[in-house]
Amino acid sequence: MGIDSVTQPAAAPWTGAVADVATSDVALTQILHGLPGVDEVGVRDRVAALATRSIKNQAKMAALDLAIRMVDLTTLEGADTPGKVAAMSAKARRPDPQDPAVPPVAAVCVYPDLVEVASRAVRGSPVLVASVATAFPSGRASLAVKLADTRDAVAAGADEVDMVIDRGAFLSGRYGQVFGEIQAVREACGPAHLKVILETGELATLDNVARASWLAMLAGADFIKTSTGKVSPASTPQVAQVMLSAVRDYELAAGRQVGVKVAGGIRTAKDAIRYLVLVNETAGPRWLTPDRFRIGASSLLNDLLMQRSKQLTGQYAGPDYFTID
Amino acid sequence: MPQKQGTPALQDIADWAYAPAPQATDVVRIAPENGLFIGGEFVPAADGRQFATVNPATEEPLAQVAEAGQADVDRAVAAAAAAYEQVWRPMPGRERAKYLYRIARIIQERAREFAVLESLDNGKPIRESRDVDVPLAAAHFFYYAGWADKLEYAGLGPAPQPLGVAGQVIPWNFPLLMAAWKLAPALAAGNTCVLKPAETTPLTALLLAEVCQQAGLPPGVVNVLTGDGAAGAALVAHPGVRKVAFTGSTEVGKEIAAAVAGTGKKLTLELGGKAANIVFDDAPVDQAVEGIVGGIFFNQGHVCCAGSRLLVQESVAEPVLDRLRRRVATLRLGDPLDKNTDVGAINSRAQLDKIRELSDSGQEEGAERWSPPCELPERGFWFPPTIFTGVSQSHRIAREEIFGPVLSVLTFRTPEEAVAKANNTPYGLSAGIWTDKGSRILWMAKRLRAGVVWANTFNKFDPASPFGGYRESGYGREGGRHGLAAYLDA
Amino acid sequence: MPDERLAVRKTYKLFIGGAFPRSESGRSYPVHGPRAGQRGGGERGGGLLAFAAQASRKDARDAVKAARGAFGGWSGATAYNRGQVLYRVAEMLEGRAAQFTAEVAAAEGVSQAAAKAQVGAAIDRWVWYAGWPDKVAQVAGAPNQVAGPYLNVSTPEPTGVVAILAPAAPSLLGLVSVLAPVIATGNTAVLVASQDHPLPAITLAEVLATSDVPGGVVNILTGDQAELAPVLAGHMDVDAIDLTGAGPDRAADLERLAAGNLKRAFRVDDDWSADPGTRRLLLLLEIKTVWHPAGI
Repeated sequence: MGIDSVTQPAAAPWTGAVADVATSDVALTQILHGLPGVDEVGVRDRVAALATRSIKNQAKMAALDLAIRMVDLTTLEGADTPGKVAAMSAKARRPDPQDPAVPPVAAVCVYPDLVEVASRAVRGSPVLVASVATAFPSGRASLAVKLADTRDAVAAGADEVDMVIDRGAFLSGRYGQVFGEIQAVREACGPAHLKVILETGELATLDNVARASWLAMLAGADFIKTSTGKVSPASTPQVAQVMLSAVRDYELAAGRQVGVKVAGGIRTAKDAIRYLVLVNETAGPRWLTPDRFRIGASSLLNDLLMQRSKQLTGQYAGPDYFTID
Repeated sequence: MPQKQGTPALQDIADWAYAPAPQATDVVRIAPENGLFIGGEFVPAADGRQFATVNPATEEPLAQVAEAGQADVDRAVAAAAAAYEQVWRPMPGRERAKYLYRIARIIQERAREFAVLESLDNGKPIRESRDVDVPLAAAHFFYYAGWADKLEYAGLGPAPQPLGVAGQVIPWNFPLLMAAWKLAPALAAGNTCVLKPAETTPLTALLLAEVCQQAGLPPGVVNVLTGDGAAGAALVAHPGVRKVAFTGSTEVGKEIAAAVAGTGKKLTLELGGKAANIVFDDAPVDQAVEGIVGGIFFNQGHVCCAGSRLLVQESVAEPVLDRLRRRVATLRLGDPLDKNTDVGAINSRAQLDKIRELSDSGQEEGAERWSPPCELPERGFWFPPTIFTGVSQSHRIAREEIFGPVLSVLTFRTPEEAVAKANNTPYGLSAGIWTDKGSRILWMAKRLRAGVVWANTFNKFDPASPFGGYRESGYGREGGRHGLAAYLDA
Repeated sequence: MPDERLAVRKTYKLFIGGAFPRSESGRSYPVHGPRAGQRGGGERGGGLLAFAAQASRKDARDAVKAARGAFGGWSGATAYNRGQVLYRVAEMLEGRAAQFTAEVAAAEGVSQAAAKAQVGAAIDRWVWYAGWPDKVAQVAGAPNQVAGPYLNVSTPEPTGVVAILAPAAPSLLGLVSVLAPVIATGNTAVLVASQDHPLPAITLAEVLATSDVPGGVVNILTGDQAELAPVLAGHMDVDAIDLTGAGPDRAADLERLAAGNLKRAFRVDDDWSADPGTRRLLLLLEIKTVWHPAGI
């Protein structure tokens, strides 16, 4: 059995014509508010049921390795320095110096003014450089400033840009403005990939998460991302469930596969594997790849390494056996 | 797409097999031979007869179980009557309550044993017995324990009185939970009980009897007679039984109603159903699909209140069915003891034959049949999740209770038509409504002839919530304050 | 006796926010057994039992703050969960029955047998209340048949933070009888123990602290009721006050203070040995009625 074993033509009246989307507030409101509602209690139930999946042995090992490869190793602090970024990048390339079989992570994620340092540090490895931009994390600046922020990051060598949407505009119904900004940033990205951060904690309802997901995808996002990690709650399984349903439906409607990144509050391997189960059983196994699913985290990596070593050796390790950078 | 990722295969894991995650069964010890529970002790049947109970997932016998005959029914009713007169009826409610609290607690303590045993004997997935059956059973005892010393507040008069000996016959689909639904309110109200579990699922009832012993319950207050339909009939007919409670098929329910006619015995029945799960064009569609799936595939569809008819608004039928098929294709069918199994075994060969017969009739009568690709184990009783579309009211699969993982899909155009089709059945146990509009939920709920209406959810149960049907789905309610009425002279 | 070991005496502190602090005023007061001439007398006859903390006005304010902080979680928990927690308290009480019997006997100067009977009654009463949370709405709430196409449902909800002046006697049964209905209904409590018999209240606090009761749901102050009662009666963030422990004169003054924010004030003289009925439960509930149209 499997989601992709069913080939049926997809008729999706809720998605309407996605190729040519009118971008006025009125038109976008009709599309977004015409999406089916999301029942929050039902989502909680589904997520709770999927949390009972028991992933063991070789399945767990595969999941741990995949999760490591999906990590965007992140430092986004005011106190970040070139030294800090260089150290983190070294860990990104080689998470476990004792075990070269441990794969590198997907990317490092830093502020735009440290992209150059990160870029140099990961050169020659498969690790990508992702940069936040657009007045991260609040998004409260003029469009001109946000675009300049983006261009700086790309010019410095960012392979991926994580932008924030204007939540104030979204919550006041100015969907056209949000749409336009995403399009403009997409253009400013050039060859770099665009992840659009919805900041689900501020959107408050799952209906808003569904609408913001569609808005971002219609405007050209390569990935939709839950959170900046600076606001609580950050990512939750419920929010991820809604976003994974959205990217699945969007592909059926528009023929384009958009990725999902969860960020903030994912600290343990157990959490990470629960998210992978959500991906597997909601969007489908075709999203089980770093090209389509990422986990923004910092301390998670060491827990993944600890669980991995436990799978291999049968013993639980302690924190001293893993590097802190 | 970023180029630096080496040689990216677009999907890294084509099929992420979760690996077997078997629940260890060594927590439960099944005795090779099991007696009846009469007067506080386990005793063989008077004539020594036994029968085997089998694991439906493997067809392996689990144990020999005593087969109750007329003499055993007589003994059990006598023990219950003596306990009623001498011990249970004179006991203050607050003391009865404490026994029930003890039973609830011990069920919680032995939860893992109960869950494993239930899955072995019944065939249902361990995830369901662990997360639904056993916690709800304990909760029923907790809830009714609290009523034992508060009967005057139940709205049934200032001093409602118990009836005497209750004869209770329960089905095989939720063996432990149905035992709890029967025993807890009866005991709380001051009655004593003789319980007859289903022939194919005796084991958790016997473990519950052991729990009664461990709780120090006075002998004779609860008695358990394992056996077949004849034993149940003998129990129902016994003159010493003042109250009869039956959960099972409508066919047998009618027989029982006829049998107790004129005897003055109080009777409650919880029988079959053919519930309509109604999905409107403004339903929260992903959650509605979950509700449809849970509604018919939970417990392999062996549920009296199962949403066995999907009534989907015609304007959205195609996309809903499309999503539904995708979702059903992710269901995992297999070993009930595997923690990742969603769909377990059919409880018996007899039930499997019935499901097959009705499903075949669906095809013969012109409906379109679909199941996801599904590997069925060699041994055991298995049936893949099945959806019939193009079903009309006159098809057998729209009218008869299949009691299996088979969904019949019909369409409707307007709310009135949905109500008419939903009500167009002699049954009336439950219904589901999926819409974003609150007023429509209430408008529909008022018109649906069903004792339980679920709106934007399905198959939710709680000891505080009354459950029972209209018309040929039976009469009386179990659960809640209303559930006490069946066991009191009120 | 020469070879009897010296006992380690217990310090009785306040119970606020799930912790056991001393009074911020640093005060405590001696607690004696019954004096000669008073009821009982017993072996200890007027001897020092222990020192109890003497709570100050600031402690009372802190307790109210803790109770308010705990209200959202406690009232938001399922009724089933509250019932489970209360039943756990009963289990803990039963486990400590011998300790309570000794404290009640020493505090009131009654015989061991009488103390044991009181403790048993107190535990049974607590069990009685443990069975109420998931039934109150079925008894006190209802759908209402209004003359129009509406669903109209009345549901009882807890009122909020409830201050309680515990009765002087019986020291444990009275305490349990005024406290259990408050928390069974989802309210949180600030309880001022009997001034003369405070020790069973603090031992009860120890039971609560080990019974999965979230911190702040019950707060217990020992000390001078005359000093503490007006603080609570006049406190604008207290929603209700049970004046049972105050005498009739003091109760009138406290009711006047309570009128300042229209808190629900009551004083019920109970026969502690009788069935409590639903009065205390219903006094602490607000009825919320919701309308919703039924239309196609």
